Amino acid sequence: MMDFLTSRAFKGTVFVLLVIGLIVLPFFLRPFGLLLVAMWMVHAVAALGLNLTLGYAGQISMAQGAFVGIGAYCTGLMTLAGVPYPIAFLCSGVLCFAIGWVLGYPALRVQHHYLAFVTLAFSTLVFLVMRNEEWLTNGIYGLTDIPRPVLLGWNTGKAQDFYFFTLLMTSILAFCVWWIISSPWGRAFVALRENPVRALSLGVDTRRYTLMAFAMGSSIGGFAGALYAPLVQFFEPNSFSLTLSLKLLLMVIVGGAGTFFGPFIGAATEVLLPEWLRIAQGYYLIIYAMLVMVLMMFCPTGIIGLGERVIAHLRQKKISSERSAQAQAMGADTADKKEGAGQ
Amino acid sequence: MDTEHKTILALDNIVAGYGAMTILNGTTFNVRRATITTVIGPNGAGKSTVFKTIFGMLKARTGTITFDGIDITNNTPRQLLERGICYVPQGRNIFPELTVRHNLELGGVAAPPSINIDERIEAAMDRFPILRQKADAQASTLSGGQQKLLEIARGLLLDPKLILIDEPSIGLSPLMVQETFEILKDLRAKGVTILMVEQNAKSALQISDDGLVLELGRTRMAETAETLLNDPRVGQLFLGGAMEPTAA
Repeated sequence: MMDFLTSRAFKGTVFVLLVIGLIVLPFFLRPFGLLLVAMWMVHAVAALGLNLTLGYAGQISMAQGAFVGIGAYCTGLMTLAGVPYPIAFLCSGVLCFAIGWVLGYPALRVQHHYLAFVTLAFSTLVFLVMRNEEWLTNGIYGLTDIPRPVLLGWNTGKAQDFYFFTLLMTSILAFCVWWIISSPWGRAFVALRENPVRALSLGVDTRRYTLMAFAMGSSIGGFAGALYAPLVQFFEPNSFSLTLSLKLLLMVIVGGAGTFFGPFIGAATEVLLPEWLRIAQGYYLIIYAMLVMVLMMFCPTGIIGLGERVIAHLRQKKISSERSAQAQAMGADTADKKEGAGQ
Repeated sequence: MDTEHKTILALDNIVAGYGAMTILNGTTFNVRRATITTVIGPNGAGKSTVFKTIFGMLKARTGTITFDGIDITNNTPRQLLERGICYVPQGRNIFPELTVRHNLELGGVAAPPSINIDERIEAAMDRFPILRQKADAQASTLSGGQQKLLEIARGLLLDPKLILIDEPSIGLSPLMVQETFEILKDLRAKGVTILMVEQNAKSALQISDDGLVLELGRTRMAETAETLLNDPRVGQLFLGGAMEPTAA
């Protein structure tokens, strides 16, 4: 049982159940609920990308929100200009990949909190461009009436249709991320995070992988933005301010950095929990902040880490009880022999 | 030295160092194929620096390094791994937080797609059964000797022709040191060349074919291991006075 809980089969089962649940869910939800769950998925995608950069490759980035913004603006502007959505979607990812690659260069020279500052500056820069370059971004008025796509005759205009579209895209992107982290790329990212010098001696081209970590994570952020734009259909620069980057960072850390499901859980605490805790009103943020502090103090590996610790504890208990049972059986054996020898 | 073995690695007049500091002042030596060669020398002689320079982790300012007849000066670690050189640095080089299996998999990061890494990992685990037993445990739960074993197994994943191994005995029990040396001898029998730096100079030279004495970044002596073991100067300087003094 314990082994099953950490096995690949279990993770696969959870994933499939989650997807089935999400397919059934909309039939029980009102449009606002649908929007909320779709919001959760979009944030989870953005956090998945950041988790690749931060959780797996160990490169801190405070700019993920900016990449979501770049992706959203790219898709918004292109679809408003009449470009088909799939092309706009791909362009968002490719553009963020390229910009993410360039942002990776400072990471070759600086690490940890210095890197946080560099990415923070980038985040601010992107925000200023969105706000001030009115000719391109329409400034503080933002983009309105972003069309939802019609794909192969499927009009995703209605809330439920768009929900399913988001679910489909989220599943595809999540699968891609899962594929990356279980590929040699993912293995090398972890080596890079754990110890760059040792990684280098094993032939990991640390330079290339650092840039790749940024580029891949950013491009997933861009895809999240490309989903966000038609979901909300209206946004303005403030949607992608530093707050979003910080929130995404928190999602990754609270959920469990470096674990596949962490970002999903982290995004749920940021997007869904506030709605469920509406009754707490203004106290919500206080409660949430305290929960985060307690979690970080006692379990820096996040909610997933907490779960893993419980499983490890139960497993240890089981092994130790088996051992003591064996030891007792052994003791009984020797006692028998002694008696036998005495006779 | 006899000439029946061909040279596999040759350093010619290598100058290298860190920043303004020059450590290697024209290091020159040859390593014969399918031998164990031990580099000895006082602290700061540049023993580890030589390895880092060969393995492309430190830039050689001048001079050439030739491996199997090909100039490999300042190649990247990845290129060198592809050519069949592996480097086991000093101290602990495993990733303690990752599982034993994950650690082994990292040995295959530089592998070309034609190599089946999973198969190689299985083979490595057949060879070192303790690694299979602990495959899913965190590498930090291995004993010091087992960690060294893991490191060597990881290094062997790409079937290297030349292994650079820096202080393999450090922090190991005498029994584990013997075991590690046995592995190295076994590899030599299979035609692998080993270049080793070792503080434990006497035991290392005993299993070696050749020995090099490095001092201030220059090769002072390049002899057979036996000659060095019997050399009174070497004995006094590096072998803990185990040799008879010259006067006697």
